[in-house]
Amino acid sequence: MALLDVTDLTVSFDTPDGTVKAVNGMTLSLDPGDSLAIVGESGSGKTQLAFAILGLLAKNGTAGGSIRFDGQEILNLPESKLNAIRANEIAMIFQDPMTSLNPYLRVGDQMAEVLMLHKGASKRDAFAESARMLDAVRIPDARARLRMYPHEFSGGMRQRIMAAMALLCRPKLLIADEPTTALDVTVQNQIMELMADIQRDFGTALILITHDLAIVAGSCVKTLVMYGGRVMETGATDDVFAAPSHPYTRGLLNAVPRLDVPQEKLETIPGDPPDLTALPAGCPFSPRCPASHEPCATTMPVQEAFGAGRLRACHAAREAVA
Amino acid sequence: MVVYIIKRLLIAIPVLLILIVSTFILMYAAPGSPFATERGIPPAVLANLQAQYGLDQPFHIQIWRYVVGVVTEFDFGPSFIYRDQDVNDLIGQGFPVTLTYGFWSFLVAVIVGGSLGILAAVRHNTWLDYLAVGVSIGAQVLPNFVLAPILVLTFTLWLGWLPGGGWQGGQWQFVILPVIALSTSFMASIARISRASMLEVLTSNYIRTARAKGLPMRRVIFRHALKPALLPVISYLGPAFVGMITGSVVIDIYFSTGGIGQFFVASALNRDYGVMMGITILLGALTIFFNLLVDVLYAWIDPKIRY
Repeated sequence: MALLDVTDLTVSFDTPDGTVKAVNGMTLSLDPGDSLAIVGESGSGKTQLAFAILGLLAKNGTAGGSIRFDGQEILNLPESKLNAIRANEIAMIFQDPMTSLNPYLRVGDQMAEVLMLHKGASKRDAFAESARMLDAVRIPDARARLRMYPHEFSGGMRQRIMAAMALLCRPKLLIADEPTTALDVTVQNQIMELMADIQRDFGTALILITHDLAIVAGSCVKTLVMYGGRVMETGATDDVFAAPSHPYTRGLLNAVPRLDVPQEKLETIPGDPPDLTALPAGCPFSPRCPASHEPCATTMPVQEAFGAGRLRACHAAREAVA
Repeated sequence: MVVYIIKRLLIAIPVLLILIVSTFILMYAAPGSPFATERGIPPAVLANLQAQYGLDQPFHIQIWRYVVGVVTEFDFGPSFIYRDQDVNDLIGQGFPVTLTYGFWSFLVAVIVGGSLGILAAVRHNTWLDYLAVGVSIGAQVLPNFVLAPILVLTFTLWLGWLPGGGWQGGQWQFVILPVIALSTSFMASIARISRASMLEVLTSNYIRTARAKGLPMRRVIFRHALKPALLPVISYLGPAFVGMITGSVVIDIYFSTGGIGQFFVASALNRDYGVMMGITILLGALTIFFNLLVDVLYAWIDPKIRY
């Protein structure tokens, strides 16, 4: 049975400028211990998808559809029920490690409270376990570090602390929302290695949200490409990279700068990210799509299976096969 | 930290000296005299009076004597109006009264204002929030010289629950109305500041982290949000406390409480140099002390601030 089943998820926000439709009928499924990269540019709805899973949407946000975790419907669950799941079963690592830890509390207190809350651990045991977890994410001198405040750590260290904190209760699912975006490249690598180790050592399922294709290639078994709050294409990472089926995926891959081929200028996908208050009736990518034609702007393509367990939603790609 | 506090206290000495000298110059330069009356005094008597208070001396002798008296004997000199009392006596009588209702007003303003602001932020955009904002705007636009007579009218004349003035050694019935009149506008400011700052803190990333840990909202507020939300309130509290003491002028006049506020105004009008100087120095010292207290509190709350 799948660990996480998201069906027809919609997330929208009421704003003074109209309704912002961040997620528009997303469906995805994740098995225990699996790893899935969700790729898309800014505003594709990937972070809101993660927030919807944990019930952390902003107050003006509403979510519809269904999210089943471990067989239980968790979408729009009351706060008290969600609190039992948060950090305990589903944990999250956020984008900006510099601001995601509370600057006014010692790191040890911030970590220990998770165990004291969910596992009923004593303060002593919680601190001991927190120190062990800091060890596991390779923070030297962990015991002494517990007494320090976040500002005494570098960005990379703070992201390690966030990871350690997220793992304290051995959650079944870890959602990492652009965990490396705010870090420099060498530290990015270390954090991604850490993610891989975590997955192997703890058997945690991982959803990695990113816009950086370079880090997807090495770290996740499956990849899901998102645009305008919809799934464009999904499949095994190797297959998607080797033979991208959706024009958007191809555009993303083309836009990755290459060192092995001399390039005059950086490739881009022409046009701007979609206006989420006024999405086209059809495929959200159609205004920018090189293969866009008659049905694209008016009719949303259905998701169809093809190849080895792959899915895509594209008129052009289907017609090309037919 | 201790070194820092000592340093700050040492800096306070020149600051107070500058305050003394500049106040003295201003008072010296102001026209009028404590002995001026409608009918005028015979020149011989006036000369005698001036000689008795040392006002016939040149400026530098006067100020030197004053500073030496203050520094060596903590003697703020005589009052020029209340003939048989010196400044230390007057402040000694008035200040405990001011401090008593000032302290209670401060406490009420902080506790009521702080809880109102935080509650409003947590229940943002609900009727409770609107009520709190409405109440604090109302309280802020109502000056205490309007509020005081309304209170007396209501609680003394109509309901007959509380005395409309007097002090009686600070019995509780006599303290309540002055405290309400003095604390209301400060309470409103504190409510507005704490609401705004709590709202900002609640949208911060680390609060989202705290929620993602599964902590119940109550714990998120008290453990993760309260400290940072209180920082702007604390920086307001130092000046606010001193403002309360100076604002006590109105209270002393309406409720005949006998605090230093009444002396402050009277001394300025009567050119009572001694009392004027004494109260100015007292308020200056209080301002310095409370600003230091605020800085120490800041360091205690925010680990990034280390002296």
